[in-house]
Amino acid sequence: MWKRDESVKPATPPAPSPAATPVAPASAAPVASEPRAQLGRDIVNIGKSVIIKGELSGSEDLTIEGHVEGKIDLKDNVLTIGPNGKIKAEVFAKAVVVLGEVTGNVTASEKVDIRDNGSVDGDIASPRVAIAEGAHFRGSVDMQRSGGNKPAAKPNVPGQPAQQGGQQHGGQQHGGQQQGGQQQGGQPQSQGQKVGA
Amino acid sequence: MADATRSLTDLFGMLGPRKATETDAAAESSVTSVSEAAYPSQSLHKFLRCLQSTDNPLLLDLGPVVGSNVTFFGEQLGCRIRVEDIAADIDRHVKGGTVDQLAEFFPKRFTQDPGTVDGILCWDVLDYLDRPAAQALAKSLCRLLRPDGCLLGFFSTAESAEQVYTKYVVVNETTLRYRTYPALRPRQRSLLNGDIIKLFKDLRVTDSFLMKSKLREMLFRKPTPR
Repeated sequence: MWKRDESVKPATPPAPSPAATPVAPASAAPVASEPRAQLGRDIVNIGKSVIIKGELSGSEDLTIEGHVEGKIDLKDNVLTIGPNGKIKAEVFAKAVVVLGEVTGNVTASEKVDIRDNGSVDGDIASPRVAIAEGAHFRGSVDMQRSGGNKPAAKPNVPGQPAQQGGQQHGGQQHGGQQQGGQQQGGQPQSQGQKVGA
Repeated sequence: MADATRSLTDLFGMLGPRKATETDAAAESSVTSVSEAAYPSQSLHKFLRCLQSTDNPLLLDLGPVVGSNVTFFGEQLGCRIRVEDIAADIDRHVKGGTVDQLAEFFPKRFTQDPGTVDGILCWDVLDYLDRPAAQALAKSLCRLLRPDGCLLGFFSTAESAEQVYTKYVVVNETTLRYRTYPALRPRQRSLLNGDIIKLFKDLRVTDSFLMKSKLREMLFRKPTPR
């Protein structure tokens, strides 16, 4: 009897206690003690009415809703140009998210993301670039990989329905329909045929 | 009874347009799916092969900006992509009533040095140009292309009065999605094979495919000088 009671007791209490009780104080403590410092360190916001001319650099993530002219250097951080932000500057950051307007070259070590209604007039250099459907972009994109590895040639996907020659939108044989000999488009094994000199 | 039903139907018909039925919705969605349909491409993967032998190639895209294309070509080729939206140029000239000046505009349009571009995605922009403008653009493109560089062009084989441009969205190496959007002028004419070859007389046609989508896909390469 005694042994049976003792064996049951220790099994039940540990389950709730380590999971539930320590978590609450642990998570609550830092938030309660330094909420302002935490916020101040992680996100800096340049408001709509702010105009900055010159060089802007720092080591914190930054959101710009105002106007900046000159240079922005946040090499290890994320720069977000908000919907109201207008930038005429050379931009260097780890990642750049554009919801507003940027005129100038943008260099990011990780990613440039031009969202819907975002606008970039300038050259982008970044290993990853995403341009949303409604975004405006005018310039060049340099996505050169570090290390200069050649891209692995992806094999064709012959099983894809849209690629089959005899299907609705597939290629079609039209040999000799117009001037010169023509390639038979859409045949899965078809090879190019020289038409010109 | 049948007459009564018919008259009731007529009465309802007089009240206004009938609500869209399920069949209408299906028809509408099928129209959407046609305009957004995926089509095979025989030449795109060959174009990619041309460029994969070059380190950090410079690619000129003459179509409107398609974000997923930029990502695709960037990831496939690790290239520099320059987007030069010729359709926007055409529209701007149409709006300004200066379409006849496009032939003078194109030689000054590109800022790249001659022989520095590795690949050109010409898409179907030449279909929207008059002969002199098309000749001027083709000449400029030939000048920009480096020896052994390649150009991918699409040419419609069917006349169309529809005022739409097409965004060619790359799905994968062998599939494109055609997405139309409003244009200020229709395709001017469908170029014959011989016309196209004449336009790009400085280039060599390496592949020519006539697709079921009534589009001729042509891949050109600039000969290396001996």
